[in-house]
Amino acid sequence: MAFTTMVGARIRRREDPRLITGRATYVDDVRQVGTVYAAFVRSPYGHAKITSIDTAQAKSDPHVLAVYTGEDLHHAHNLKASLPVAHKMPDLKTPPHYVLALDEARVVGEAVAIVVADSPYTARDAAEKVVVEYEQLPAVVDIEKAAAGPPYVHESLGTNVAFTMPFSAGDPDKAFAEADVTIKQRIVNQRVAPVPIEPRSMVASYDAGMQQLTLYSATQIPHLLRTQLAIVLGLPENKIRVIAPEVGGGFGAKLNVYAEEVVVSWVAMQLERPVKYIETRSECFQAMIHGRDQIDDLEVAAKNDGTITALRLKITANMGAYHQLLTPVIPTLTMLMAHGCYKFENIAAEVVGVFTNTMSTDAYRGAGRPEATFFIERAIDMVAQRLKLDPVEVRRKNFIASDAFPHTTATGLTYDSGDYETTMDKALAIIDYAGLRKQQEELRKQGRYLGIGISTYVEVCGMGPSAAMPAAGWDSATIRVEPTGSITVLTGVSPHGQGQETTFAQIVADELGVPIDHVSVIHGDTDKVQYGVGTFGSRGTAVGGAALKLAIDTIQAKAVKIAAHQWEANPDDVEYRNGKMQVKGDPSKSMTTAEAGFLAFMGDKLPPGLEPGLDATRRFEPPNFVFPFGTHICVVEVDAQSGEVKFVKYLAVDDCGRLINPMIAEGQIHGGIAQGLSQALFEEVVYDGNGQLLTGTLMDYAIPHAEQVPHYELDHTVTPTTVNPLGIKGIGEAGTIGSTPAVANAVIDALAPFGVVHIDMPLKPEKLWAAMQAVPSNGSVR
Amino acid sequence: MQIDLTVNGNQTFIDVEPRLLLVHALRDSLNLTGTHVGCDTSSCGACTVLLDGVSVKSCTVFAVQASGHEVTTIEGIGTADSLHPMQEAFWTAHGLQCGYCTTGMIVSAVDLLKRNPDPSDDEIRAGLEGNLCRCTGYENIVKAVRAAGAAMRAGEARHSVNELMPIHPPTVEPPPSGEAIIPQQLQEAKV
Repeated sequence: MAFTTMVGARIRRREDPRLITGRATYVDDVRQVGTVYAAFVRSPYGHAKITSIDTAQAKSDPHVLAVYTGEDLHHAHNLKASLPVAHKMPDLKTPPHYVLALDEARVVGEAVAIVVADSPYTARDAAEKVVVEYEQLPAVVDIEKAAAGPPYVHESLGTNVAFTMPFSAGDPDKAFAEADVTIKQRIVNQRVAPVPIEPRSMVASYDAGMQQLTLYSATQIPHLLRTQLAIVLGLPENKIRVIAPEVGGGFGAKLNVYAEEVVVSWVAMQLERPVKYIETRSECFQAMIHGRDQIDDLEVAAKNDGTITALRLKITANMGAYHQLLTPVIPTLTMLMAHGCYKFENIAAEVVGVFTNTMSTDAYRGAGRPEATFFIERAIDMVAQRLKLDPVEVRRKNFIASDAFPHTTATGLTYDSGDYETTMDKALAIIDYAGLRKQQEELRKQGRYLGIGISTYVEVCGMGPSAAMPAAGWDSATIRVEPTGSITVLTGVSPHGQGQETTFAQIVADELGVPIDHVSVIHGDTDKVQYGVGTFGSRGTAVGGAALKLAIDTIQAKAVKIAAHQWEANPDDVEYRNGKMQVKGDPSKSMTTAEAGFLAFMGDKLPPGLEPGLDATRRFEPPNFVFPFGTHICVVEVDAQSGEVKFVKYLAVDDCGRLINPMIAEGQIHGGIAQGLSQALFEEVVYDGNGQLLTGTLMDYAIPHAEQVPHYELDHTVTPTTVNPLGIKGIGEAGTIGSTPAVANAVIDALAPFGVVHIDMPLKPEKLWAAMQAVPSNGSVR
Repeated sequence: MQIDLTVNGNQTFIDVEPRLLLVHALRDSLNLTGTHVGCDTSSCGACTVLLDGVSVKSCTVFAVQASGHEVTTIEGIGTADSLHPMQEAFWTAHGLQCGYCTTGMIVSAVDLLKRNPDPSDDEIRAGLEGNLCRCTGYENIVKAVRAAGAAMRAGEARHSVNELMPIHPPTVEPPPSGEAIIPQQLQEAKV
């Protein structure tokens, strides 16, 4: 039988047959009779006053059903045409964010009008016939210029500063005064684009008879989206159904409430026709949220032995032109994680959020934590370089000790569990660190530049305790034992590649003693599934899986009562053993969950007072975040002639607690590493000074091809957490968080003989080549 | 205008605008939605199909250009009853996560092995340069293509989804009319 064979097993994913045979249904594959197609008219300017919009020519096109502008929506009954931002900041400036620009466009790609026609082609033709007259206004793109003064993105605010959040702990001034060395460095964490291969996609339809709106959307948060749609559209929430069918990657970018989702829904209600909108890749680059984009000014105080005593930090974060759902929250996570896995107590920090005429930043894989890990891991290497110490030893000196958990940081987080040194030592042994350093020395003599980069990260995920979240942080699960013994699981999380149809079935199979093929996991439909918060912040299994475990506990407790009644035994004497119920110490009689489910359905042999049916809905409220960690080591060679970076080795030793399906966990790490190393070497969203997007297609924006990334060698350690009943930590974002500094540290280490101290990402060949010719006296290359 | 397309072995005649892209003809006229669109610059490869056996990006081919030719989409590469070794290998090696790039990636990889039945890892990576994946970091895609190559060279038999991931519904006795359905295991149960 299946007992204890599923959790921990590398079984094939149960969602894959439909995906590999082309039979999956993504939003664009949804077919509804009478569908019409939307195209958006978007601002070609970074900042402009809209002086007039002439829709007559577009409306006279026989293929066109309707054209709506911001003015039309602004005056529409009940429609609150401003988008939500979830936050708990008292002094946050929240300028209106209209779903269609009203009189001013503040970012290239801002939607100005929507055209609906009988085919996607005719819709785009007609969008070109909408004549919009603009009066260009001065744009501001540079964060520091924007923070300093006009021009203002929102003139009415009289400032571009959205919020300022100071923080201080310990006595940083004293620590700096007593430091043997101090290091000051400005680190630019460049803007990147999430680029899921499926762009934003949506189909809305309205059943006027039922007064029901249905929105299929490529979203990570069907329920949260439903709640926000209800608020913005002024509809009862129980008359909205949001369906996230197959979703083609999200990486945080589909954790949002987008203007297009609201507008398309509203238009479907006006026309009583299904309205489909699939954005183009160019629109995706303009109008899907971006990630990162911070300037991190840091100062580190250290002792001669490498002990870090204090950090001064100013995070200047680009909000973009408007807040999207979590925009201002992201850099606050950077501040919270400024410690990394190190124990210094003295911090002075300030976060400044700044509006510019660019697309909003928001959650992109790691969301605020990669920035923290990047600067602290770079800082460790800079301290080592200055003091001529091995970066491994500086890390070892500053690690929070394995016996110090739970550990409360100066920024107020309580790290649940960790053993940073063991994980690092395992990585060093696997990669033969001492041998690599020797090899590096020898190659340098031959004019070859090998670099070894280490990153020992810790991150905060399993989002999260409701009290610490901008909105609810719990999640939910329902288990139904159907009359014939099939098990239906309804999960409140909304996987889109993370494999919970498999891992959740693995858990249920073991705990309820059923063959895995009897378990079906359903998600992503607000009319089928109880409210759930969704998939983001590496919470799917850490929170959604924990809720599943609670539901299993409830099912087992009821099944035990049913079995005990059959056997005229005391329920306290009946237990689940090897997936079946039996009287403790008496294997002669047993009952399966399916059998108990059948009795619960028949209803006539139940103990008095016990309700029929065997199902349970439970919610898990996490008492804390979880803190996965690990060591990534990257080895590169930088070509002295061309500045090109060649990967020699990449090793990741991660610790996310107990593994349910190691194959799936490894897949998450692989993909995370690729995105993180790609930020280090290739990716950068660039706007010119007028707010014109220069990286608006996949020809201009570099996401890596197969031959640009290395083979990843993986290993792991297991340090369980007590935060959830499964003992697991999230692993969705860890790879991205760990890899960027490992790669940057490797490249900069390779260039150490040239006096390089820091180079800002992306570490492109031309920058590296230039650095090898002449390094500024401060060693810092922008 | 009317075009003559043979798709996955079936000849069809469809009316198309001259500007209609092949990918839209496949998806919207023929309802073969396994071929995806991920970009507008021929960069991502999600729309890859075989045209007369050679991989092309169907977002960069007009439907009219394919008239009189044979197109193979993911639906024709293999089915649940008879998976192509490449499909099976992607599944077994966990070469996919969200699945959106996967169908185009599989079609490209099938074409790659046609040209080079025993590629090295470097050759696999270079051979797939026209296809972007944002989820897997390519590690398990390379592994899958290598495994598929080995299976195909060894002439291994095709498998069905059901062979690799059997689903046995809980056994149910045929219900005597008007009576409740009794699962088989309950007949044997000691209750």
